[in-house]
Amino acid sequence: MPQVNKIGLFIPCYVDQFYPNVAIATLELLEKLGCEVVYPSGQTCCGQPMANAGYERDTVGTAKHFLKTFKDFDYIVAPSGSCVLHVKEHSPSVPGLESEQQVTQHKIYELTEFITDVLKIDSIQGSYPHKVGYHASCHGQRGLRLASASELHETPFNKARQLLQQLEGLEWVELTRKDECCGFGGTFAVTEEALSIQMGKDRLEDHISHDVEILTGGDMSCIMHLQGIASRNKQNIQFKHIAEILNEAIS
Amino acid sequence: MNHPQEATEFLKDAANAKWHDDTLWFVRDKRDKVSKSVPEWEKLRNLASDIKDNVLANLETYLVEFEKNAKANNIHVHWAKDAAEHNQIVLGILNEHRCKAIVKSKSILTEECHLNPFLEKNGVEVVDTDLGERIVQFLNQPPSHIVLPAIHLKKMAISDIFHEKLQTEKGNDDPYYLTQAARKHLREKFLAAKVAITGVNFGVAETGEFVVCTNEGNADMGVHLADVHIACMGIEKIIPKREHLGVFLRLLARSATGQSITNYNSHFRSPSPGKEIHIVLVDNGRTEQLAREKFRNSLKCIRCGACMNTCPIYRRSGGFSYGSTVPGPIGSILSPGIDLQKHSSLPFASTLCGSCSDVCPVKINIHEQLYEWRQEITKAQGTNAKSISMSIANGIFAVPFAYKLSASMMRGALKILPESITYSGLNTWGKQRDLPELPKETFKDWYKKNRK
Repeated sequence: MPQVNKIGLFIPCYVDQFYPNVAIATLELLEKLGCEVVYPSGQTCCGQPMANAGYERDTVGTAKHFLKTFKDFDYIVAPSGSCVLHVKEHSPSVPGLESEQQVTQHKIYELTEFITDVLKIDSIQGSYPHKVGYHASCHGQRGLRLASASELHETPFNKARQLLQQLEGLEWVELTRKDECCGFGGTFAVTEEALSIQMGKDRLEDHISHDVEILTGGDMSCIMHLQGIASRNKQNIQFKHIAEILNEAIS
Repeated sequence: MNHPQEATEFLKDAANAKWHDDTLWFVRDKRDKVSKSVPEWEKLRNLASDIKDNVLANLETYLVEFEKNAKANNIHVHWAKDAAEHNQIVLGILNEHRCKAIVKSKSILTEECHLNPFLEKNGVEVVDTDLGERIVQFLNQPPSHIVLPAIHLKKMAISDIFHEKLQTEKGNDDPYYLTQAARKHLREKFLAAKVAITGVNFGVAETGEFVVCTNEGNADMGVHLADVHIACMGIEKIIPKREHLGVFLRLLARSATGQSITNYNSHFRSPSPGKEIHIVLVDNGRTEQLAREKFRNSLKCIRCGACMNTCPIYRRSGGFSYGSTVPGPIGSILSPGIDLQKHSSLPFASTLCGSCSDVCPVKINIHEQLYEWRQEITKAQGTNAKSISMSIANGIFAVPFAYKLSASMMRGALKILPESITYSGLNTWGKQRDLPELPKETFKDWYKKNRK
C-alpha cells in the first residue's frame, strides 16, 4: 500500500448534520487502513443542491470556499459519490482559481474508489455475516463509474462489491434491477414527490423481495430517502452506509 | 403543462402504473441483452456518434449534396422552414393530384408539424397505417411513445375501440384476432389511397436515396399502391454515405425494441415509371438548436426511443405527462428549445440518473443537457422566490459560521416542532417519508472532541 499522507476528509453537509456515525465510520475506516486523515472544520457544502436546481451560477462562492478549504491536501475523500461528482463536473469555474480547481477535480475521490484505486487494497480482513443488498447510487454508478452499468457492453465490475465480498459471511444479494434509480434526485424528491416516492417504493420492494437484511450504498442521500419510506411503511429492513459496514467488519 | 401534476395523476392508478413500468422495462431489458450479443456494440455507438457529429458540423454541405443527387434521381425536393410551410407543401401536392384520402406510415415529424389535423381541416382523410398509430388515431390521442405509440393501452382497451370502430366481437381481446381485423381494415385504405406519406429514417447524401424502417411493412404497402409518395424528413436525418447504414441499422432496432433488425428497411431511390416521389426537408427549429452549442448534439437523435424505455420517470409517468410530441428524456432536451415557457418543467422531470445517456445509440449526453436546460430555465425565469432562496443558500454555504448557525437552527426547529407540523403539507419531504432521527451531535462537534 502506498503511503498516503495528507487526506482531507470531506463530509457532505447533510451527513454532518444527520449522519455523524457515517462520517465517524469513514474517518475510522481510513485510519485503520493506514491513512492520516484531517477533517477541515471550516467546510460547508459542495453546492450541488443549488446547481441541480438550476442555480449553478449562484454557487461560485461555495465552490471557492471548497477550493480554499481543501487546497493543502494530497487527496480529498468523501463518503458520497454524488457530492464528489458535483465537485468534479459541475462546480462553476472560480475566477482566478482555475488551475487550483483543476487540481482539486483530480484529487477528489469517493470512499470506495479511493480504497480500491488509490490505496490499491485488494484484501480486507473482516467478518460480516449478513445478507446485504447494494443500492448503486446513480451519480457514483454512471457519473464516477464506480461499477459497470447495465446499459453498457463492458466487462462487469463493482468497486463496492469488490470490497464487501471479501468479508467473511457476507452474502451479496443479486437484485432484479441492479442499478435502477431510487428516485431521490435532490430537489426532485420534493418537486416530483409522487414519482420520487413510487421509485423509492419500487427499489425497496426489489431488496425486500430478495430477503435483504441490510441495504447499503455509497450515498446517504439515497439511503435517507429509502429509509424514510421504509420507516413510514414499517418495512423490516436495515440501512447502513458502506463505510459503516466496512468499519464494523474490520474492527 | 406541468409534469409533476401529470405524473401524480398517472400514478393514482397504481396497478396500471406498475404494468406500464414493467412493460417498458421488459423492452429495456431486451435491448440490454441483444446489445450485449454484439461484441463491438460500444464501438458502433462511438462510430454512430462520430458520423452524426460530422453531419451536424457539415449539415449544409450534405443537404445540398442530398438535394442534388435526389433531383438527379427524379425526386422532387421541397424545403420547409417550419411546420406551417411543411403542411402547406404537402397539401399543395395533394391538391395537385386531387387527392382526398391518404395513407401515412409512422412519422414523428408529421406529429411535430400537426399534419393530421391540418389535412383533416382541409377535407383530406388521413389514415395512419402503423397499427399502434391507427389505434391512438381511433381514440383521438397523440402517440404516447415514438416507437410504441399505443404502449399506454392494454389489450382490452384496444378490443373495445376495435369493437366500436371495426365491429369486432365485444370482449374478444385475442391479439391475433384483433390484428387480423386491423389488417383487413387497412387493406381497404391502402387500395383506395392515391398518395402515401412516410417519414424518413435516413437520407443518404452521396446517393440521394432514403431509407424508411418499419416492422409492419406498412410504409411499403402504402407507397407501392399509391401514385405519389411524399416523404417528410427532418434536416438532421442526413447521413453522408450508404455504407453508414451498416452502423445505424444495426443500432436502431436493437436500441428500439431489442430486435436485431427492423423487419422492413426500405430503400427509396427513384420513382417507378409514371409515379412521383416528393421529399419535404423540414427545419422547424432545428437550425436554432444547431446554433445552441450546449444542446446541438440533441440533433443526433435517430428516434429509437431507448431513452424512454430506460427512464424510470417515463416508465412511471407515461408519455402524455410530458405534453410534447417527443416525450421522455430526449423530448425533455428538445422541447425547451421549441417553447421554453411551456416545457419548463420537463428538464426537472429527471433525477439526472444518467441511464438515458448510457443507452443512447448515438451517445447524446442527455442527462447533462437536462442539467444545462435547468440553468437556462432559471435564468429565463428571472428573480423569483426560489432564486432568492438559492442566493441566500450560497451565502450560507460560503460562510462557515452562517452555515453552522442556520443548520443548528434547522436541527433545533426539528427537535421542537411537534410531528403534526413537521409532517404537515408544509413539508413535502415528510408527506410519505419519515425524517431521519436527529443525532445528539453533529460530526463537526464529535470531531472537535475526539480528534486533535
